[in-house]
Amino acid sequence: MKWQRFVSVLKARDREFVRDRSALAWNIIFPLLIIIGFAFAFTGDQLDQYKVGVIHQPELDKISFYTTQYIHFIDVDELEKSAAINKVQRHQLDMLLDVDNKRYWVNDSSPSGYMLEKVLAGSGGEGYQKQLVQGDQVRYVDWLIPGVLGMNMMFSALFGVGYVVVRYRKNGVLKRLKATPLSALEFLAAQVVSRLWLIMAITTAVYIGCDLLIGFTMQGSYLSLFLVYALGAFSMISMGLIVAARVKSEEMAGGLLNMMSWPMMFLSGVWFSLEGLHPWVQKLALIFPLTHITQAARVIMLDGAGLIAVLPNLAALFVMSIIFLLLGVLLFRWE
Amino acid sequence: MSYLALECWFSLTNKQISMSSILQVKQLHKRFDQLKAVNGVSFEVEEGMCLGLLGPNGAGKTTTVEMLEAIKKPDKGTIRYRDAPLNEEFRNKAGIMFQSTALQDFITVRESLELFQHLYPEVTELDQIILDCALGDFLDQDTASLSGGQRQRVLLAIALVNDPDIIFLDEPTTGLDPQARHNFWRLIHKIKRKNKTIVLTTHYMDEAYELCDKIIIMDHGEIIAEGTPRDLLSKHFNDVVIKLQKSEKLESALISLEKEQLLVSITWHDTCVEIQTSDVNQIVKRLLAADISLNSMQIRERTLYDLFLELTGKELRA
Repeated sequence: MKWQRFVSVLKARDREFVRDRSALAWNIIFPLLIIIGFAFAFTGDQLDQYKVGVIHQPELDKISFYTTQYIHFIDVDELEKSAAINKVQRHQLDMLLDVDNKRYWVNDSSPSGYMLEKVLAGSGGEGYQKQLVQGDQVRYVDWLIPGVLGMNMMFSALFGVGYVVVRYRKNGVLKRLKATPLSALEFLAAQVVSRLWLIMAITTAVYIGCDLLIGFTMQGSYLSLFLVYALGAFSMISMGLIVAARVKSEEMAGGLLNMMSWPMMFLSGVWFSLEGLHPWVQKLALIFPLTHITQAARVIMLDGAGLIAVLPNLAALFVMSIIFLLLGVLLFRWE
Repeated sequence: MSYLALECWFSLTNKQISMSSILQVKQLHKRFDQLKAVNGVSFEVEEGMCLGLLGPNGAGKTTTVEMLEAIKKPDKGTIRYRDAPLNEEFRNKAGIMFQSTALQDFITVRESLELFQHLYPEVTELDQIILDCALGDFLDQDTASLSGGQRQRVLLAIALVNDPDIIFLDEPTTGLDPQARHNFWRLIHKIKRKNKTIVLTTHYMDEAYELCDKIIIMDHGEIIAEGTPRDLLSKHFNDVVIKLQKSEKLESALISLEKEQLLVSITWHDTCVEIQTSDVNQIVKRLLAADISLNSMQIRERTLYDLFLELTGKELRA
């Protein structure tokens, strides 16, 4: 690979993107609008349903507490107990109940927890031992931001590489470059690097902008978060290369890219937790890079998790990146 | 060895070098599904010459040129550049201007030139190219905002950034106005003076006549004529075209001339008539004898346009 050729194509692509003011502005404004919109839409405790996690869910008629209306009882596996306690800390669960051991956990700063405690005491739960946990509420917007940043990266990566290279192919830019000594590897490497650094720069700008405008929780290390997003962006750029490899029409590319991005947008846990979904759907979601980006970024930002904790997500992203990249490079045709 | 003999030897050697072939094409075949686009084409391109590839739409000339440019692979046959297969050396020394090329958006003319310049190991000074192709006035303009003529000049300049030995120009003046075409021809003459080899495809017969040292006419994927423009014309035609205004007297005179087989052909138009003959003196004498006014008479030599139509039987389509 000749460095000069790579840098030259990289610079040209960067210029093209940065000078396309409307596209640049949209890349920054779109996620900001979504986050601000959701921040306002879900300000305050508008959801009036109480959520109670139940370990060893008994027969429904064992205590009358289970017949109380407007409480959503969620089955919690014994192995997920600590995760469920974390959710009580973050106000994502209002109460956690262990029926066999006659214990319950509530957050001392949660009004919903307080109300549920009273209801439990008056409906068959007398004698249950209280376990107090502490922690600030995680607002929906705090929970949303890691996924929305990932989703914005997904659109930028898939369309910024997949769509643009197909446009180059259609209008003859690729044919002209093919007639030079530039190799396919040099060209593709320049596209990937150009898009990667632009995505990271834009994501950083959006992150700072959101933090200044609405503020959000960041418990973990910025470096860990940066690594997760960088690897995530790389995997999705590589995914875009598969579309870029052969497709000749922009319409076809648009269709394929939408086919890739829409399931990811709704099944990667960006907007809602996947916990309530069918186990098969939860498993299916793991094939999407965005699921791993969202999961890893969320535990770093909300729980302060380190890189070790998100290693499975990073490994999945790494393997996906390699597979997508190999496919993209091997399938690539100039014309 | 005397000075004169040395000069003669030097001149002869130079001539031999300049006449050596830079590109050898043998039995080239290319098929797209059922269509034989190129069918057994062979020719040589000598160094420093301008070769014109002519043919109606679908004749196979662009496919042939794209195989020469190493953009398409032939199904059969060989192409050799300086006695070697088309390789890295060829890519470094070939300048290419496609029929239609888009440049990256939001990039200026200067940046486009720099981009392509950095893709080659050996390059021409940018200032020289800018001067040669007269790009100075719009150098910092976005390539998307250029006029047709300016755009073609930029594309030609890009084809020249690597100081090429051989330049492929695929219909470079299609869609340009007459002034822009003539300006473009001037640029090509300039390049020719630098002893660069040019392979040109064109629909315009006047362009081919003006620029090409040798012409190949293709149809149905095959070569149907090959030679210098003058040789081709003299080989195929020994007549001229006389154009006269239509009149009843002229019509009856021409009918009798045709019977006497003094005319090669007659073409009737709305207001005039064109006659082809190899004996102008006799025709003029006979027309004067028939008391036909020759005030509006025009005589012209046969052109490549006539040759093209005669060989391909098709109208030109730009």
